[in-house]
Amino acid sequence: MNMMVENTMRIEVAGENALIIYFGEKTDPRVSAQVQQAVTILETELSGMLIDMVPSYASLLVIYDQLATDHLEVRSRIRKVLDQLSDATSNSEGKLVTLPAYYSTESGPDLAALAERAQMSIDEVIQLHSETEYRVYAIGFAPGFAYLGEVDERIAAPRLSTPRMKVPRGAIAIADQQTAVYPAVSPGGWNLIGLCPTRMFDPLAEPTMPVQVGDRIKFNPISQSEFISLGGELGEIR
Amino acid sequence: MSGFKVLQPGLLTLIQDAGRFGHHRIGLTTGGPLDALAFKWANRLVDNPMNSTALEISIGGLVLEAETDAQIVLAGAEMPLKINGIEQERWHAHRVKAGDKVEVGFSSQGARAYLAVSGGFQIEHSFSSSATVTREGIGGINGEKLQQSDYLHCHPPGEHRAFRLPEEHRPDYFDDISLRVITGYQQHAFSDYQKRLFFSSEYTVTDRADRMGYRLEGPEVKPSFDGILSEGICHGAIQIPADGQPIVLLNDRQTIGGYPKIGSMIAMDTARMAQLLPGSRISFEEITIDDAHNLHCLAHVRFNNTEPDQVD
Repeated sequence: MNMMVENTMRIEVAGENALIIYFGEKTDPRVSAQVQQAVTILETELSGMLIDMVPSYASLLVIYDQLATDHLEVRSRIRKVLDQLSDATSNSEGKLVTLPAYYSTESGPDLAALAERAQMSIDEVIQLHSETEYRVYAIGFAPGFAYLGEVDERIAAPRLSTPRMKVPRGAIAIADQQTAVYPAVSPGGWNLIGLCPTRMFDPLAEPTMPVQVGDRIKFNPISQSEFISLGGELGEIR
Repeated sequence: MSGFKVLQPGLLTLIQDAGRFGHHRIGLTTGGPLDALAFKWANRLVDNPMNSTALEISIGGLVLEAETDAQIVLAGAEMPLKINGIEQERWHAHRVKAGDKVEVGFSSQGARAYLAVSGGFQIEHSFSSSATVTREGIGGINGEKLQQSDYLHCHPPGEHRAFRLPEEHRPDYFDDISLRVITGYQQHAFSDYQKRLFFSSEYTVTDRADRMGYRLEGPEVKPSFDGILSEGICHGAIQIPADGQPIVLLNDRQTIGGYPKIGSMIAMDTARMAQLLPGSRISFEEITIDDAHNLHCLAHVRFNNTEPDQVD
């Protein structure tokens, strides 16, 4: 048991049948590996009372069946598992996936404002976003929505104060030091900087997603005509 | 073929079972009925297992033609039910024959009603459920709301008991209600003053209220920070974006998000809220997780112990 790690873990109430475990306060590949480890162990430890789990960067939401157990029992079982967690130092590297990215003010309505906020040119923003190699920290929000970290802090930007009702499929976006590609049309509050023509989620494909948690992603800037020839579509943004 | 032809789909009619569970890890949400109690009653009144596939009708306007003999029932919001033009009682199973026309009119009170058929509608499962989530394009027929000339397959007619729920057991769907919330998640991000403001104010349901979440309007509640590291969102979670207006997240919510959350509304009460139309007024009441647990178990026992009258 690693004391330094244990001290940062806490369990909070999320809802009437959900507890959330916080493993740390910030994005860290080591913490992310521990979340994955806890998912595997809890699946067995809570078998028969578990409804679902949502792993994320540094937290794990555990949803349980109120007719099979209660928050006290779930909490004590989680504690036992956390005490057993090893200090996961193995940071196994996933596969590297390259995603084409059409960055522009046309495909990314927040690109200009983000550049202005960062006090740099649009080209510099594009360069900083595309030269970083990201890790897939979590999948959620919508099917196939992969949370990638970490964005260079110079181009990090807070979420919009009022989320958009309609973000197009393939939108490349930034929120704080996270980046992602919207896998389908959806509402969303992230800053849109471009479009990616690769399908991030296809329920009929095998596998349904081109990436999984732990993989690495790099964006490759392309032109509008390359974007169109790769099957990209300029969707409606509201 | 055995089933029902959709003559008019209505404003928003969705094929739903109890929901899709165990797939949050690839980002799939739960879907399922917004008002689980009315959904369960609909299935029970035609003698179905609780997870059978039924229709969730929002606002109304559905017209079906039977191409089979079956028992049907309409439970939930007060939408007039007509069979071959003759008004029939809701919360009461009715026998229909091939060729009969089933009409569900527009609601006078409440927003969601559930139409169940004996044996359940036969819909192919995707990711272990028939629940339609249009935002994901998953479930139902092609992941979409019901369309004109869709065909709803059913089992051939069999032996089913049929029931009527006595009026004293039927829920009502008025507004001006107090909804119970467990504080949790980032509640520490809200000062005592902000929490008191939240729990003592009246909020209005806005027209941006759908199966994903209900956006409310009222006094601004301000957390001490705007964003958090994205984390899992449970059913009923109340997130407060920077504009200070609460959003209660429902069945089609995103599974992960980064707005601070003050706590979560219990499912019994999200069901009541989802029956409200824009302009309705609500307020919040704080309860403990222990009270919420007891209420859930009590409601479960009460549902099981409530005996509907057999009608067929």
